[in-house]
Amino acid sequence: MTIAVQKNVEAAAVPLAPSATIVPLSPPRASYVQTRLIPMAKDWAAKLIPPLITIAVLLIVWQILCMKPGATLPSPSRIWADSKDLIIDPFFVAGPQDIGLGWRILTSLQRVAVGFGLASVVGVLLGALIGQSVWAMRGLDPVFQVLRTVPPLAWLPISLAAFRDSRPSAIFVIFITSIWPIIINTAVGIRNIPQDYRNVASVVQLNQLEFFWKIMIPSAAPYIFTGLRIGVGLSWLAIVAAEMLTGGVGIGFFIWDAWNSSRLSDIIIALVYIGLVGFVLDRVVAFVANIATRGAQAS
Amino acid sequence: MTYLKIDHVDKVFSRGNRETEVLKDIMLTVEKGEYVSIIGHSGCGKSTLLNIVAGLTTATQGCVLLEGREVNSPGPDRAVVFQNHSLLPWLSSYDNVKLGVDKVFGRTKSRAERHDWVMHNLDLVQMGHAKDKRPSEISGGMKQRIGIARALAMEPKVLLLDEPFGALDALTRAHLQDSVMALHAKLGNTVMMITHDVDEAVLLSDRIVMMTNGPSAHIGEVLEVPLPRPRKRLELASNTTYLKCRQRVLEFLYERHRYVEAA
Repeated sequence: MTIAVQKNVEAAAVPLAPSATIVPLSPPRASYVQTRLIPMAKDWAAKLIPPLITIAVLLIVWQILCMKPGATLPSPSRIWADSKDLIIDPFFVAGPQDIGLGWRILTSLQRVAVGFGLASVVGVLLGALIGQSVWAMRGLDPVFQVLRTVPPLAWLPISLAAFRDSRPSAIFVIFITSIWPIIINTAVGIRNIPQDYRNVASVVQLNQLEFFWKIMIPSAAPYIFTGLRIGVGLSWLAIVAAEMLTGGVGIGFFIWDAWNSSRLSDIIIALVYIGLVGFVLDRVVAFVANIATRGAQAS
Repeated sequence: MTYLKIDHVDKVFSRGNRETEVLKDIMLTVEKGEYVSIIGHSGCGKSTLLNIVAGLTTATQGCVLLEGREVNSPGPDRAVVFQNHSLLPWLSSYDNVKLGVDKVFGRTKSRAERHDWVMHNLDLVQMGHAKDKRPSEISGGMKQRIGIARALAMEPKVLLLDEPFGALDALTRAHLQDSVMALHAKLGNTVMMITHDVDEAVLLSDRIVMMTNGPSAHIGEVLEVPLPRPRKRLELASNTTYLKCRQRVLEFLYERHRYVEAA
């Protein structure tokens, strides 16, 4: 109130002064391009230019090293000349065994989806069991710790002998390779459920199944997703090993086939594909984890 | 018949071959609708006592009777408001309250009735507006309100409050104490509250149970607070009965059973 009164007094005193015309100076209007597009472009450039430079340098060094006549590996320019069709069109079909790498990748991804899907379900359940029960942990954990160090290829002869068919064997190898980190991380997550949540569950009298869905899974979700992320990486590693020996259409078999017919350029292209797909898989799981574990952190 | 009876309860924690007796021969009866506070220095086992009543811990000796029946496992008839609210961070306020309601009234109330009941309880603690907020999006006092709503919504026979205002700042605490008083006046719940705040105990309780220091803590004294309800914080500040009660509790805690650093 007092301020308003003071203003009035001033206003009453001043009006005799000659009024000057005010020339409004329009402030420079920042255009959409200046405020949004340029910073965004700068942001993108900062992210994209360093890796592009790295790749360019690698390609140049590689080209120089493999250009001389006696080189054992093909240079980038040679690869381009040999396998141009594989690079520019991933989805061509020129015959039963002459198809684009995109199709092969899709076949391999199907196998990974089945194997990794099974591993996720079984891994989370087993992890929940050994996270929840001290005796299950004492009994199973040492076995798991030993089994998880067995390399994927070593499982293959055993699964081939057991299933007597290449398809389930390949899926089994993916399953057995990717399940361990899922089990172990889930178990850790469940062991770390705060006692408070357990108390709440017992006051409300949740039964085992409700406790599993309503408390265990959401509370351990960040851990479970860490396990799934490691698992999906491992399963993609295992696919190549599995398909190399089981045959079929997948990307792993393609590498093996290319090696047998000395198409080194094709192998290198396939390696790039595998790397890119593995990267995308990892990002997809990380993205899902981000959405699914929103709010799971205690405050 | 007494409503809630804690009958000769002992609690011994054993770790390896070392045994620590935390509670010794606790005898306490609580009448229906009564507000009882348990006060004592930290480490005297008052939270252990509450956990025994809640069924989260079992008594080594003795038992707890509610309406003449022994209780030894947790249940919604003895809902707890935890010190650190213990809301599930991945659920909204509404869903946190609904978790208990669905369990307790899943058979007896329809879906719509349960929804109304959840909203009714959120409104009781003035949190209806925050029903869609997650615990991380609301303040400490608001979280504790949701915690109280969750407990009340289970229609407990005894409401157990485990230092419910301990983690709150003084102003929020006073505000919430007033809310709890209003709720107690309105609903007539039987309440057992753990506290270490003398003013809080005198302001809210019908009786104050003072516990001696552990180990082997027992009930040292029980004080009736003969103040009429509703009680007003400001008027009580100069009320002689209030000051006398406060004096008694302070004397008990700081003269006769002074806190000794754990040896």
